[in-house]
Amino acid sequence: MKKYLKTAVIKTLPVMAGYMVLGIGFGIIAQKNGYGILWVLAMSALIYAGSMQYVAVSLLTGGASLLTSALTTLMVNARHLFYGISMIGPYKGAGKYKPYLIFALTDETYSLTCTGDYPEGADKHKYWFLLSLLDQTYWVTGSVLGAIAGKAIPFDSTGIDFAMTALFITVFVEQWKTTKNHIPALIGLGASVLCLLIFGRDSFLIPAMILILGMLSGGKKIIERKEGGA
Amino acid sequence: MSTGYAVLTVAVIALVTAALRFLPFLIFRGKGEPPAFIGYLGKVLPYAIMAMLVVYCLKSVSVLSKPYGLPELIACASVVGLHLWRRNTLLSIAGGTIIYMLLVQLVFA
Repeated sequence: MKKYLKTAVIKTLPVMAGYMVLGIGFGIIAQKNGYGILWVLAMSALIYAGSMQYVAVSLLTGGASLLTSALTTLMVNARHLFYGISMIGPYKGAGKYKPYLIFALTDETYSLTCTGDYPEGADKHKYWFLLSLLDQTYWVTGSVLGAIAGKAIPFDSTGIDFAMTALFITVFVEQWKTTKNHIPALIGLGASVLCLLIFGRDSFLIPAMILILGMLSGGKKIIERKEGGA
Repeated sequence: MSTGYAVLTVAVIALVTAALRFLPFLIFRGKGEPPAFIGYLGKVLPYAIMAMLVVYCLKSVSVLSKPYGLPELIACASVVGLHLWRRNTLLSIAGGTIIYMLLVQLVFA
C-alpha cells in the first residue's frame, strides 16, 4: 500500500491546502471564543464537517438549545445524505474500511472519491480509505495548529469571526455562478431575513428552516419548471 | 454555556452529522432509486441553506446604530468582488477577513 501513499498525497494536495487554512481559521475562532485545543481536537475528530464546526462555535457561544443545534446540523449537513446516496455503489464491498469511508465523507473527500478513480492495481477501497484518512489528518492538524496559534500569538483578533461569514459568502457566490435557477437561493435569503425580523436573532433559525422547507416543497413545480427552462 | 451542556451540544452535532452520512447506506443499500422528492431537495436545499447561513452570520449587525453595518457591508462586498475576480476560495476568505479586521480595529474603532 505504501506505493499508493505517494499517489494519495499528491491527489489530496489541494484538499491539504484548503483544510489547513480553513482548519487554522476554525481553531483560532474556537480558541478565541473560549473553546481550546481539546475542544478543537474533539470536534475535528468527531464532527468532522468544516462549515458546521464554524457554526458549532457560534451555537456554543450563543447558548443554543440542543434542539436548535440538532436541527441546524440537520439542515446544514443535509447535503451529506446525497453524497451517501451516490456512493452506495462505489463503497459496496469495502468491508472493514466501510464505516470510516462513510464517516469521513466530507465535501472535499467526496469530490475525490466520487470520480471512482484509483491507481491501477490498487485495492480501491483501501486507497479511498487512505485518501479519506489523509484529508481528516489535514483537517485535524490545521484546526489544532489554529487553536495553538490562537493561544500563543497575542494579536488583536477582533473581527476574525468574519472568516465564517466570508466562507459562506464564497460558497454562495460559487453556487450562484453554477446555476441559472436562483429561486432556491432567493428563498433561503428572503425566508431567513423575514424570520430574523419577526423572531429576532436568538430564535429565528428554526422558523427560517421550516419556512425554507415549506417554500421549497410548495414551490417545487415552479422551481423545477425554471430548472427545465434554464 | 456550562461545560456539560457544551459537551452534549458537540455530541448532538456529531451524531446528527454521522447519521446523515450513514443513513443512505442503511436505507437504500442499492435497492432502487431514492424518492424523487428527496432528489429534488438534494438539488435545491444547499442553495437556500447557504443563504440562510450568510444571514445567520450577520444576524447581530445593527443597521440602525453606528456604524450602521458599514464594516460588514464593505467586507461582504469585498468577498463577493474578490471571488468574482479570482474565484479563489482561500483568497476570498483571507482577503475579506483581513479587510473586516482592519475596518473594525482601525477605521470604525
